[in-house]
Amino acid sequence: MASRELETLYQQVILDHAKEKHGFGLREGSSGESHQVNPTCGDEVTLRVHRSADGRDPITVESISWEGQGCSISQASASVLADLVHELPEEDVRARVGAFRELMQSKGSLEGDEELLGDAVALGGVSRYVTRIKCAMLPWVALEHALAVR
Amino acid sequence: MTITATTTPIDDAEALRLRADFPLLGRQVHGEPLIYLDSGATSQKPRSVIDVERAYYEETNAAVHRGAHTLAGEATELFEAARERVARFVGAQSDEIVWTSNATEGINLIAYGISNASLGRGGEAAERFRIGPGDEIVTTELEHHANLVPWQELALRTGATLRVIGLTDDGRIDLDDAAAVIGERTRVVAVAHVSNVLGAVNPVSQLVALARAEGALVVLDACQSAPHLPLDLPALEVDFAVFSGHKMLAPTGIGVLYGRSELLNALPPFLTGGSMITTVGLTESEYLPAPLRFEAGTQRVSQAIALATAIDYLDAVGMDRIEAWEAELGLRLFEGLSGVEGVRILGPAPAAGVERVGLASFVVDGVHAHDVGQFLDDRGIAARVGHHCAQPVHRRFGVTATTRASAYLYNTTADIDAVVDAVAGVRSFFRVA
Repeated sequence: MASRELETLYQQVILDHAKEKHGFGLREGSSGESHQVNPTCGDEVTLRVHRSADGRDPITVESISWEGQGCSISQASASVLADLVHELPEEDVRARVGAFRELMQSKGSLEGDEELLGDAVALGGVSRYVTRIKCAMLPWVALEHALAVR
Repeated sequence: MTITATTTPIDDAEALRLRADFPLLGRQVHGEPLIYLDSGATSQKPRSVIDVERAYYEETNAAVHRGAHTLAGEATELFEAARERVARFVGAQSDEIVWTSNATEGINLIAYGISNASLGRGGEAAERFRIGPGDEIVTTELEHHANLVPWQELALRTGATLRVIGLTDDGRIDLDDAAAVIGERTRVVAVAHVSNVLGAVNPVSQLVALARAEGALVVLDACQSAPHLPLDLPALEVDFAVFSGHKMLAPTGIGVLYGRSELLNALPPFLTGGSMITTVGLTESEYLPAPLRFEAGTQRVSQAIALATAIDYLDAVGMDRIEAWEAELGLRLFEGLSGVEGVRILGPAPAAGVERVGLASFVVDGVHAHDVGQFLDDRGIAARVGHHCAQPVHRRFGVTATTRASAYLYNTTADIDAVVDAVAGVRSFFRVA
């Protein structure tokens, strides 16, 4: 028997993403990479940013690719993130990272904008569990760092 | 305090009576009664310990070993009585007991003492500690980071070589490898008494014999033994030992370094400053004998006194009875978890010649330890997840993280059954079975 809180934390969509791992497998041709580790549990993610090569303005992120291992929250978080970042101006990518961080810091008070965050809103339940926010943030922090590497 | 003379084993009824002494263990988590199985990380505190710390601040608080007023005298007496109490607990003399903040500081104190000796500090007396290129420091693959990283740093500072004794596939220290690794170049052998991950009591006497034959110093990490079994450090013939108060019913911020008197008095100090000196000149100073030469600055007085009270509590229950009760709980845990499909326990199975304490670290096939821990937490069960500050031993067994349940005197067989029952539900909750 699991509590409703726990069922909210581990929604089916989260468990599915944790298994399917969209964007998994590092691809060549990236213009930024970041490796992030959660030192408390050893979870890690390596994430690459693939920008469009045609000199478009604004600069567009075509996709991300990643590899890593960790709990279902960190793996699902990377998977939903990969779904979100497709042909997006870099500025919009940053805005989504900001929106996700805000959701994670909300202690359950925000529902999250599905337009902006897609399946990532399902991770909203994580914000009630202070020990797990780092797990969810891990790939997003990696993306932020990868964007900063130019 | 009178020592209870009873020799009857601890049972569930007694464990529940003991639990009533621990205010925190009465609380709830997620609406469920707390089942605390993380004592390997830190123990909960009995009322007597909490009360004695409060009483110290309400009635006695003063700086120790300085000042001539009544409070200063009383505080110093309590502080030194606490040292005597700790000494008695481990079979040592009180001048062989040094207060530290925790076991980590204790190990660093030894490593930096050796380092300072290697730089020529401490004069002739400290020559025995000097190490450099060609010398070897030996530790094992199962150590807590606290008994590994300070030795890595010592090796890097001095040019000595760090060597590591491997483990058998079933999770014991490989004594054949130990015999091969420990040799004439070995100067220090640092080993845990009980592994905080594998849960087995290590063959300390065999390792001491190997080290002795080569004239090497033995440093014992007693963090997971001092709280859980009777400890006689001189009988173990180790040169130094460390443990932490917070794992044995005392507050955080207090730890113990034991060292044989002649060694402590030869080892150069680590932290320097006030309280550890005799005469201070403008460019050089002279130091007090051990243990005070290692206790620079204002000391952790309330914590030291509270540790003595914690030890009173443990001795009143009886360390041999605690050891037996935890062995019983540990066996029940091991057997219970072994019976759950998809669960693998790290460390040797209970058998003749294998002494285990009341903890088990395990992996649940297909479910990450963090998720297992979250599922347990939802049922009010507090267990540790992660690498437990021992990454190398996890790597040795091909995992990055485990879930660890660790019991203490206040746990019952019902607690063990609850965690086993919960673990049995993990894989279906996460849809991997």
